[in-house]
Amino acid sequence: MMQVATSRAWLRRNLFADAFSSATTLVLLAAALYLLPGLIDWLLLQAVFKADAAACQAVNHAGACWGVVAEKYRFILFGRYPYAEQWRPLLATALLLLVIGAGGMRLLARGPLLAACALSLPAFIALMGGGHFGLSQVGSDQWGGLPLTLLLAATGMLLALPLAILVALGRQSDLPLLRAVCLMYVELVRGVPLISVLFLASFLFPIILPQGLSIDVLLRVQAGIVLFAAAYLSETIRGGLQAVPVGQRDAAAALGLRRWQAMRWIILPQALRAVIPSIMNSAVSIFKDTSLVTVVSLYELTGSLSLALAGDAEWRSFHLEGYIFIGLIYWVGCYSMSRFSANLEHDSKLPQE
Amino acid sequence: MRRRSAEAVDSGPSRRHLATQALLAAGLLALLWWLLDVTAGNMQERGIRSGFGFLLEPAGFAIGESLLPFDSADSTLRALAAGLANTLRAALPAIVASTVLGTLIGLGRLSSNLLLRGLCAAYVETLRNVPLLLQLLAWYFVITDLLPMSSEALQLAPHVFLGKSGLALPWPGSDGALLDLPQRGEMGISGGAALTPEFLALLLGLSLYTAAYVAETVRAGILSLPRGQSDAALALGLTRLQMFRLVLLPQALRSIIPPLTNQHLSLTKNASLAVAIGYPDLVSVANTTLNQTGRAAECIALIMAVYLILSLLTAWLGSWLERRTGRWAHGS
Repeated sequence: MMQVATSRAWLRRNLFADAFSSATTLVLLAAALYLLPGLIDWLLLQAVFKADAAACQAVNHAGACWGVVAEKYRFILFGRYPYAEQWRPLLATALLLLVIGAGGMRLLARGPLLAACALSLPAFIALMGGGHFGLSQVGSDQWGGLPLTLLLAATGMLLALPLAILVALGRQSDLPLLRAVCLMYVELVRGVPLISVLFLASFLFPIILPQGLSIDVLLRVQAGIVLFAAAYLSETIRGGLQAVPVGQRDAAAALGLRRWQAMRWIILPQALRAVIPSIMNSAVSIFKDTSLVTVVSLYELTGSLSLALAGDAEWRSFHLEGYIFIGLIYWVGCYSMSRFSANLEHDSKLPQE
Repeated sequence: MRRRSAEAVDSGPSRRHLATQALLAAGLLALLWWLLDVTAGNMQERGIRSGFGFLLEPAGFAIGESLLPFDSADSTLRALAAGLANTLRAALPAIVASTVLGTLIGLGRLSSNLLLRGLCAAYVETLRNVPLLLQLLAWYFVITDLLPMSSEALQLAPHVFLGKSGLALPWPGSDGALLDLPQRGEMGISGGAALTPEFLALLLGLSLYTAAYVAETVRAGILSLPRGQSDAALALGLTRLQMFRLVLLPQALRSIIPPLTNQHLSLTKNASLAVAIGYPDLVSVANTTLNQTGRAAECIALIMAVYLILSLLTAWLGSWLERRTGRWAHGS
């Protein structure tokens, strides 16, 4: 009896609080009854899971054709990387995800984590590129898919963060000229779309750099992403620096710390901790933004999907299923990052000495 | 100790600052000179001409759709202007749509109704965590590949048709007729105004994606208000709807407008993704020009300059709005 009473109270509070709420509940339930059967039909019941193009064509979009994923997943995930060597990007990706995951779940102390981060990217690149330890050489023009997305995002974040700290400090400098230069950089980059920065990296860097120094397109685009992300991150970090009370600086000075010592040991740690959620937001943005490099012909996840399907007459009408598949990969990445940031935020609010 | 450092602040550093700044300036100038020198050398070697003269020469390419009448014999400058007009033509309606939809979803996330709250949260978490480019490609594919042919276009309302070739709408007629109504026939749809699939996909993608961010902005703005405000409104006997409209939203507006302006700005910048689905916005047109003339530096500089001006204008508009609402909230 009690149980019935409390569940009725629960229903009342959450679904039928007033006339508007009751009407909303009814409308939403009706819409669900109307739409859900069709959706489940398309997603599961009528869907084709076998890599069989004829069966997919026969269903004629009444059900999803997940067969396209079964048929093409290697190409979608690894792009044009030589088929027989695809264990290398797989291993490299697993390694990178392991380090990121270990960092995210705080399984490692800070020292080992930094060491793992510092080692994992060179190891990733060595594994992908080859040319030593008996691995055949694979040029970066053949890298693609998920490993490329992860490489661009992880390296982008790892290099943009120190640059952003320097720029944020530059904007607080006593030197007006340095302040002006940093301000111009930040406002210039934040005012323009990422695509224009990628165009710059892909078309202009070769003209600007000396002849002997021809850098491949992956590195140029990576540089573009770092420069773009650093401008946004520096604004975040500047906000954190401003949030540190002036007393902290005074106290550090009173203890006899030099300015850079105070910055390194007192102010920066507090400033960075204060803006961890915003930094994670930037990480999510960078991860999503890597999809734009397909516009300058680097075939990361989004690009390799187009590459896999566009030229194939049998499968090209099932792009939507492919988009949903890689959308899910992006979603898992972004969502876990934002959950991680929410957890951190929650933890850092707990005990305050 | 204290005294010495005070003196040091007075005289020492200012000279040292001057020296450091001079060194910095010299370093920057040297770097700039070196880059320009290398660039000039490279350009001469590869036979790349420079200058903005090409802007006045005929463009030599057509633009898929354009607000400004444009013909391939018109100047490149006019092509770029048509591109800019196309950017605004997509961005401005998307700003309005995303703001309205986002506000509703943001309020929905604060509703007392569990289903509505869950639905709005699911919307935000789905749309925000998938790249916009992917969403645009998906919408474009759905419109151009999965919708019926225009001779069998879906009829959404009387004389409103949606099919592979886009959306056909009634539009004020040119020759005396009050409304030019689209008709569906054997050969497709004739009459009325037609919105192309590229435009529709961009408008839809930008609006729905940005709405998720607007929703979060609105929600954060309302949550930042003291709880007493909603308690007081309910105690006065206002319904929840009245509470949002009369008490919470007007107050939250002040903290919502600055981040909202930023969302609108990033929407306008995101409109540049049009290049991936072939809508002729500023960046697409500049990209075509770049490929035809090889003037990379000039084209990229133009894109950046236009976007910087748009950013400054939006920032200015935002601060003007902020001042307005600030005054309004203080009751003068």
